[in-house]
Amino acid sequence: MKTSAKVLLGSTCLTLGLTLCTSATAGDVTIATVNNSDMIRMQRLSKTFEEQHPGIKLKWVVLEENVLRQRLTTDIATKGGQFDVLTIGMYEASLWGAKGWLKEMDNLPASYALDDVFPSVRDGLSVDGKLFALPFYAESSITYYRKDLFKAAGLTMPERPTWTQISEFADKLTDKSKEQYGICLRGKAGWGENMALISTVANSFGARWFDEQWKPQFDQPEWKNALNFYVNVMKKNGPPGASSNGFNENLALFNSGKCAIWVDASVAGSFVTDKSQSKVADNVGFTYAPHEVTDKGSAWLYSWALAIPTSAKNDKDARAFTEWATSKEYAALVAEKDGVSNVPPGTRASTYTDAYKKAAPFADITLESLKAVTPKAPTLKPVPYVGIQLVTIPEFQQIGTNVGQQFSAALVGSTTVDAALTQAQSATERDMKRAGYPKKG
Amino acid sequence: MNTSTLPPRTASAGDQGQQKGSVTKPGWFLVSPSVLLLLVWMVVPLGMTIYFSLIRYNLLNPGENEFVGLENFEYFVTDSGFFPGAMNTLLLVGSVLAISVILGVLISALLEASEFLGRGIVRVLLISPFFIMPTVSALIWKNLIFHPVSGILAAVWKLFGAQPVDWLANYPMLSIIIIVSWQWLPFAILILMTAMQSLDQEQKEAARLDGAGPIAIFWHLTLPHLARPIAVVVMIETIFLLSVFAEIYTTTNGGPGFASTNLAYLIYNQALLQFDVGMASAGGLIAVVIANIAAIILVRMIGKNLTDKS
Amino acid sequence: MMTLKQSRRLQSVLLGTLSWVIAALIFFPIFWMVLTSFKTEIDAFATPPQFIFTPTLENYLHIQERSDYFHFAWNSVLISFSATILCLLISVPAAYSMAFFETKRTKSTLLWMLSTKMLPPVGVLMPIYLLAKSFGLLDSRIALIVIYTLINLPIVVWMIYTYFKDIPGEILEASRLDGASTRQEIFKVLIPICKGGLASTALLSLILCWNEAFWSLNLTSSNAAPLTALIASYSSPEGLFWAKLSAVSTLACAPILIFGWISQKQLVRGLSFGAVK
Repeated sequence: MKTSAKVLLGSTCLTLGLTLCTSATAGDVTIATVNNSDMIRMQRLSKTFEEQHPGIKLKWVVLEENVLRQRLTTDIATKGGQFDVLTIGMYEASLWGAKGWLKEMDNLPASYALDDVFPSVRDGLSVDGKLFALPFYAESSITYYRKDLFKAAGLTMPERPTWTQISEFADKLTDKSKEQYGICLRGKAGWGENMALISTVANSFGARWFDEQWKPQFDQPEWKNALNFYVNVMKKNGPPGASSNGFNENLALFNSGKCAIWVDASVAGSFVTDKSQSKVADNVGFTYAPHEVTDKGSAWLYSWALAIPTSAKNDKDARAFTEWATSKEYAALVAEKDGVSNVPPGTRASTYTDAYKKAAPFADITLESLKAVTPKAPTLKPVPYVGIQLVTIPEFQQIGTNVGQQFSAALVGSTTVDAALTQAQSATERDMKRAGYPKKG
Repeated sequence: MNTSTLPPRTASAGDQGQQKGSVTKPGWFLVSPSVLLLLVWMVVPLGMTIYFSLIRYNLLNPGENEFVGLENFEYFVTDSGFFPGAMNTLLLVGSVLAISVILGVLISALLEASEFLGRGIVRVLLISPFFIMPTVSALIWKNLIFHPVSGILAAVWKLFGAQPVDWLANYPMLSIIIIVSWQWLPFAILILMTAMQSLDQEQKEAARLDGAGPIAIFWHLTLPHLARPIAVVVMIETIFLLSVFAEIYTTTNGGPGFASTNLAYLIYNQALLQFDVGMASAGGLIAVVIANIAAIILVRMIGKNLTDKS
Repeated sequence: MMTLKQSRRLQSVLLGTLSWVIAALIFFPIFWMVLTSFKTEIDAFATPPQFIFTPTLENYLHIQERSDYFHFAWNSVLISFSATILCLLISVPAAYSMAFFETKRTKSTLLWMLSTKMLPPVGVLMPIYLLAKSFGLLDSRIALIVIYTLINLPIVVWMIYTYFKDIPGEILEASRLDGASTRQEIFKVLIPICKGGLASTALLSLILCWNEAFWSLNLTSSNAAPLTALIASYSSPEGLFWAKLSAVSTLACAPILIFGWISQKQLVRGLSFGAVK
């Protein structure tokens, strides 16, 4: 141990010396992104970008969504300057753009074809008409179902189902002894996990997060109906362990044939139809997300976009990269190398060619869902906030997660629906009071 | 004469000792680098933490940093998750300590009781979990073992015709305790095992010849010898167990409700998710106070073993 | 009636079997992780869990293609070993003086040192982050080495102190009477006796540095990112990931696991908790 320690010490000093010498060079662009397959693909194909732009070296920091978000917020708020390109959602783009932490994406070249990008997506990433991030892909929520199971039971899925209808279908399609569950929905606690889904359920039951005076609305009948529905249908027809199932776990369940119906992000479309990871690839049907008393806010809107912080060290090259990665040329590159169904979905009208629609059977529903979302007026009753499955205020991450925890507990059964709602109400009231609402305009 | 391989600061101490005569106390000069460093390490962040805890400082609203006195503390303590969090912290520490020490002693005794085939390999297998990253352990346990549909335990339950248990949802605290014990039991085994090997074999033989049964030998000879290693294990484990975070973050996210939230996670949840540095700092200080109280109690109970000569 | 020898043998076999069963149970999760790393994603999630399957290297290939494993691994090695060595260099003199020149303040100093570890890292993230930023040390190996040295210092000092305390004073008296200086005392007498203890302390420090996942994730981005960051990039993405995660976990834990196995043999051989000649 001692001799090897000495050897190591020696080589350590040598290497330390060497490593201290190599520092960041001018053409380095540090990109922070999520570890979703579209981004991994972007990382892989970015070698083409490096070939086209010698002198720019791309460095990647790939993290899981929640860790990434925390890292990015810490860095950008303290002007750490560790990253040149950030992968963020509409939530951060709106909040940080308003604070002046992001560089405005102005003076885009005509070849970028900004008009090709869907207006709702562009809007979601802008503040006061100024665009602060370029969208990489966008998603809404849709309903996936097993055509074969429906056929065998003699059922037909209507084009625009209601949640009540879904519940009835689920009743008929559940056979727990055969590990067949009528419905799989997100149950894992988190503002971007179960709350995304539950918010859309609540919206469709006519509920809203806050009224115009920023008072939380969990004590209202609409939320009670929505949460009762969710908990009951999951308890009766959902898989075990639902309260720890997020997107991934439900995807795995659906792909291994255990779910008859699944309501979740439209990006899952390419996963469930991929034979290399799905046992049911040929039997998936797609339709709109369910509504109930209203279809406003029944499907969510989310987009991963690339932004450049004002504290970035190399914004010129960063800008070149973000434009490339969200351009039509990139989409064509993906189509060429990985097949047209893997093109980043939901951002550009030009993506939805006939070839794409043919290769991606979920394309039409996704397209129509994206066209129909209204984040500025997301609910039946008027609200002071923007956002369908989230509320675009800085406090929402924590409020959403806390409420998500309570609702997850209700799903497990360790608390009743009423108790969960009461707890959600008081906790949210407390947090809003601390944050100073409704003084903020 | 001797080429010094020590860094400059301690070389001077050695020299001084040599000059002044044989039994000097190089004491403070040798200790001071470590003490100084730790002092700086502790004081600077601690000072900043205290400062932050007394102001309103939210990362998302920098610039609004007015002095608010004890408001952050009050807010942290009155959170509905505070009491469960504090209780869970103590529960976690207590349970894992008990499991790792008791099982550790028993397993080490088992290993040292007699030679058997492949004992070396068994030793290696037993200490392996300690080398695995906490996040990795948590992910393995969550996805491959505890998962109620595709996990190993679910398969075992189904084999016996029972309904698989949803561990993380229905027994969150127990699941966390299992995961953390699995990681720390090997540490206890490692320390205790090597300590047992230094037990005087002659004394043992003598006792056996005198007619003492194995249990009596164990109780009167082995255990007292193990007192100091056990104290080391308890001390070190307590420090780490008080701030268990990664396992909870990866598996249950503190839920359902607050069932598996401990203080470290509460700070993360309450403060960092909202980027409320003020409250995070207040929470951290409160956690320190609670931890110190626990430590003082522990030290009272076993401290004598640590600093006395055997 | 069994002879004493036979009953001893039987006892040995029984105890041996019991030990093997316990060891297998405890080791099982690790075994399962390595096994899963050779499965396809569909196999990894299959029910009932498959012990027999067609193995594939696709996960490892995917990792190879996507991330620069050796970059992360090298960072881990560099940071862990540097921090451990630095820590030992500072701790040995401190423990020496506390063990053999005990004053009234020793006990409280030791306790105070340990109390510096009571502050949960999560509460002190911001101050440290801001400090690191102002020294320009974000995403640098130096920052991690310094921080790891400091957070492990109390534990290392404690452990070495305990080992030193087990050495009877007579040995040092003897060497001092022979005219040894402090330096010689430490190097020629003390360290050789405590080889095993020092080795196990060093191993502990190495493990703690290698597996430390909070500061390594928050203070690094690309240049200094160690293996813990690599793991973070494989956990919970959208889509199936268990097999890939098992593969990357195996890759991340293998070096330290193998290192631990090898050095553990030396440890057990060399440890003698206070054998006196």
